[in-house]
Amino acid sequence: MPWRLLRFALSKEHPEPRMFTAHEKLKPSYDAVIIGAGGHGLASAYYLARDHGIKNVAVLEKGYIGGGNTGRNTTIIRSNYLTPEGVQFYDESLRLWQDLSQDFDLNLFYSTRGHFTLAHTDSAIRTSRWRAEVNKHFGIASEVVGPDFIKKAVPQIDISCGGHAPIMGALYHAPGSVARHDAVAWGYGRGADQRGVEIHQQTEVLSIDVQGGKIKGVKTSRGYIATEKVLCAVAGSTPRILKMVEIDSPLYIHPLQAMVSEPVKPWLDPILVSGSLHIYISQSARGELVMGASLDPYEVQSTRSTLDFPEGLSAHMLDMFPFLSNVKVMRQWAGMADMTPDFAPIMGKTPVEGFYLDSGWGTWGFKATPVCGKTMSYTLANDTNHPLITGFTLDRFRNYALTGEKGAASVGH
Amino acid sequence: MKIMTCPINGPRPVSEFFYWGALREMPNPDTASDDEWAAYVFNKSGAPGVKKEWWCHTASNTWFIAERDTEKDLVLRTYLYGEGE
Repeated sequence: MPWRLLRFALSKEHPEPRMFTAHEKLKPSYDAVIIGAGGHGLASAYYLARDHGIKNVAVLEKGYIGGGNTGRNTTIIRSNYLTPEGVQFYDESLRLWQDLSQDFDLNLFYSTRGHFTLAHTDSAIRTSRWRAEVNKHFGIASEVVGPDFIKKAVPQIDISCGGHAPIMGALYHAPGSVARHDAVAWGYGRGADQRGVEIHQQTEVLSIDVQGGKIKGVKTSRGYIATEKVLCAVAGSTPRILKMVEIDSPLYIHPLQAMVSEPVKPWLDPILVSGSLHIYISQSARGELVMGASLDPYEVQSTRSTLDFPEGLSAHMLDMFPFLSNVKVMRQWAGMADMTPDFAPIMGKTPVEGFYLDSGWGTWGFKATPVCGKTMSYTLANDTNHPLITGFTLDRFRNYALTGEKGAASVGH
Repeated sequence: MKIMTCPINGPRPVSEFFYWGALREMPNPDTASDDEWAAYVFNKSGAPGVKKEWWCHTASNTWFIAERDTEKDLVLRTYLYGEGE
């Protein structure tokens, strides 16, 4: 590796090809258009080109690659969900994650840490047991552990949480991991680009042409494109796109904020989540503590931050780790989470022919990036919902057949 | 700290308030079709805009309507239900 780097010092011109091809113009038509160049959109483009041979595809992005929730989440990957639908879906995702670095020839800094969901109350222990049993039934490493086990894994923790909320146990999920989020979007983007997919950044969708209940084209800020298939993978902007095709949905948008501390020596190996204190924490490869809490309490469709957030989050964090009181907060930010009433996503076909949705990813979308790409590319290529996503379709609300995943949300929202 | 104006108690920090969601008309349950009822139960106007919402000043349990720009997070007007028109 060091010899390869030396070329950059000696060469007057950048000695490597760029990550992506820059396309000056949009073509007049594509076989499929994907709105949103985040992880989900680019993964779908990648698998469409690689597995389904559909390469005449445009990915349209209003901002820049991975600039939405792909670059704003706290990078946790796990599969210890509550419903059979959720467990199978996320487990497939976790399997895909594990050899993605090989697939892309790009280091994703995928790091298996172990994931604790701390329980401070009897009811939290009960939910943990329930989740552990569902998980084990599907062959997923997931068990309820006691305070001693937790203390051994994280000696710095105050198990009594200052006496306010003593930790009674935890759901421990050994395969819980973190990965470098930008690299995921870039890896999928480059893989799709090399196979002929066009990625157009700074290209906003203005309206969608629907005639007789079928997709005919997309009007963008850089001109009109004819196409019969559109995949919408835009997270917090989904309701704006749905308005263009006149589809009603239960999606609602609340900001989810996060923050990182200054880098410190590695001391925290596992990922910790506390539903009762509404916080989660892990340490990145750079040594920063990555911290998050619950959703903002009311609807906002922008990525503004608030001061209340670091205040509230820090107070709870100090209950668990009092010694962090001297550590400084470096940055905070927000993403727009597209929430659903049952905490499961909304995926697949819609009442408009040729319009496919990958949405409702709220606060749990990053870990699902690979499997969303796989299942949505299959759905788009075959015009049939992939078997793994049949529990997540939009019409489950009309049929009162919800997929209740709230018990497995990382923190109580 | 963001300030919101309670129609009874005047300007207060937003942390004293509770958000209950959009003000919506309930269809008649006796005459509504299953689809209309499901749409009422689940569907939301998730796109940004100026919206009428239910809020509560929790300290005094005052329920009222706020008109808010949900993209800019600006409260434009607050009034008691039925008194704003």
